[in-house]
Amino acid sequence: MYSPTSVPSPTSVPSPTSAPATRFAVPGRIAVSNGTAATWQRATLTEIRRETPHAATFRFAVPGWAGHLPGQHLMLRLRAEDGYVAQRHYSIASPPDDEGHVELTLDHVDGGEVSGWFHTVAEPGDEVELRGPLSGFFAWPGDRPALLIGAGSGVVPLMSMVRHHRARNLAVPLRLLVSARGPDELIYASEYGAETTAVYTRSAPAGVPVGRVAAAHVARLLADPPEGGWEAYVCGSNGFAEHASRLLVDAGQPVDRIRIERFG
Amino acid sequence: MNVTRGFAGRARVRNDGLPPGQYDARDDWPVLSAEVTPELATSQWTFTVGGLVAEERTWSWDEAHALPPSSYEGDIHCVTSWSKFGVRFAGVSLDAFLDLARPAAEATHAVAYSHTGYTTNLPLADLTGGRAWIVWEYGDEPLPAEHGGPARLIVPHLYFWKSAKWIAGIRLLDHDEPGFWEQNGYHHRGDPWEEQRYSGD
Ligand SMILES: Cc1cc2nc3c(=O)[nH]c(=O)nc-3n(C[C@H](O)[C@H](O)[C@H](O)COP(=O)(O)OP(=O)(O)OC[C@H]3O[C@@H](n4cnc5c(N)ncnc54)[C@H](O)[C@@H]3O)c2cc1C
Repeated sequence: MYSPTSVPSPTSVPSPTSAPATRFAVPGRIAVSNGTAATWQRATLTEIRRETPHAATFRFAVPGWAGHLPGQHLMLRLRAEDGYVAQRHYSIASPPDDEGHVELTLDHVDGGEVSGWFHTVAEPGDEVELRGPLSGFFAWPGDRPALLIGAGSGVVPLMSMVRHHRARNLAVPLRLLVSARGPDELIYASEYGAETTAVYTRSAPAGVPVGRVAAAHVARLLADPPEGGWEAYVCGSNGFAEHASRLLVDAGQPVDRIRIERFG
Repeated sequence: MNVTRGFAGRARVRNDGLPPGQYDARDDWPVLSAEVTPELATSQWTFTVGGLVAEERTWSWDEAHALPPSSYEGDIHCVTSWSKFGVRFAGVSLDAFLDLARPAAEATHAVAYSHTGYTTNLPLADLTGGRAWIVWEYGDEPLPAEHGGPARLIVPHLYFWKSAKWIAGIRLLDHDEPGFWEQNGYHHRGDPWEEQRYSGD
């Protein structure tokens, strides 16, 4: 209860229900199972695949995994002998899988506590703990036409969407714009198809321009909109997310149909 | 829980200010927001206290700045596991606004909402008694837009998703009503010392 420092309440107070109606994107579009997200589960590393000189994919068996939607993330925890724990969020790279597996793709961050352990110590058979899946907001169940824009490891949750689209043979339109420093740094390079345009910021194959994601890329991405328009998903560093979401808004994409996942 | 083979953690300095599961982000101030950063001019910014109050009130930028200044110097904790020590925000204590709007006796909770439509719920007791602020300065600079400028709510004793960016108002209720992240699986209160991250914690 409020302890008033002034006058008590009058009788004619309106009966409030909630905050004013807003244009913010459809909260709670995807229900999250609260029970499973709260539980830490043991995950066994089963496979490590190198993607680029700085990124690798880590596959885990998680027997009690409740499943996830493309775009969701999880929380991962490591514990030292003395009880010290480190926990970080990672997007799920794999598409929904009912056999209790998830894959994460981690950049090796210089001096990084958790990504450093993964890239220099981890081996198949090692155990870590996970909880999730978390946050339904960035998830894409495959129901609406989607524009995906990612940079660096920001492509990870978007790849889960692309893989889901393929695995289910979905007819709903999907386009991916992915930015990387150069061809060597492009995560999942061999898996992209006609839905993907790659943009290189530092070095590119012969005949391909070098530069940042620009208005022209976004205009091409937004061209020939499907009925009902696009749902846009932007993921990457904060700088990239600011840049790409601004380009989308300038190109006419409604703000309430842009979802952003920032990696910090 | 089992020890992770070969994980020692980074060489750490013991830090009693760090809630469980958090790490010190030091000079970093990560931005975490699911929205497009709005371009909100101070001339467009207003702050409203409504719902179960004696008098619903709205303050413009200049009117809010005419209230007695108040600042917060201390730590902040984000649910994504980083904490930041010794930050300084300046603005006005939320008490100053509430004292003028005069909450009804039956008001127990609030929904804070932003100019973009973000919402988050809080027990009223977490917003009163010098524990919440509307702030427009970080350090001695105007609060950057990506961190919620021109003005945001801060409730530093709770995880930072409760500290709504681009704050537009709070609405007082006689019941609890989950906001945006709370409907998306986050804890209703979010006390970092109790590690109340997700619902069920
Ligand atoms: C929703 C979400 C999803 C994400 N998904 C992914 C993903 O799919 N893939 C991915 O790679 N990342 C992802 N991230 C980022 C990830 O959570 C981590 O931030 C990242 O892996 C770095 O963690 P780390 O422990 O390796 O580095 P940290 O130890 O946190 O270090 C980060 C930086 O700070 C410096 N630093 C901080 N403290 C110290 C200290 N005390 N001493 C020395 N140096 C220090 C480090 O040198 C390094 O440069 C995601 C983040 C979020 C929020």
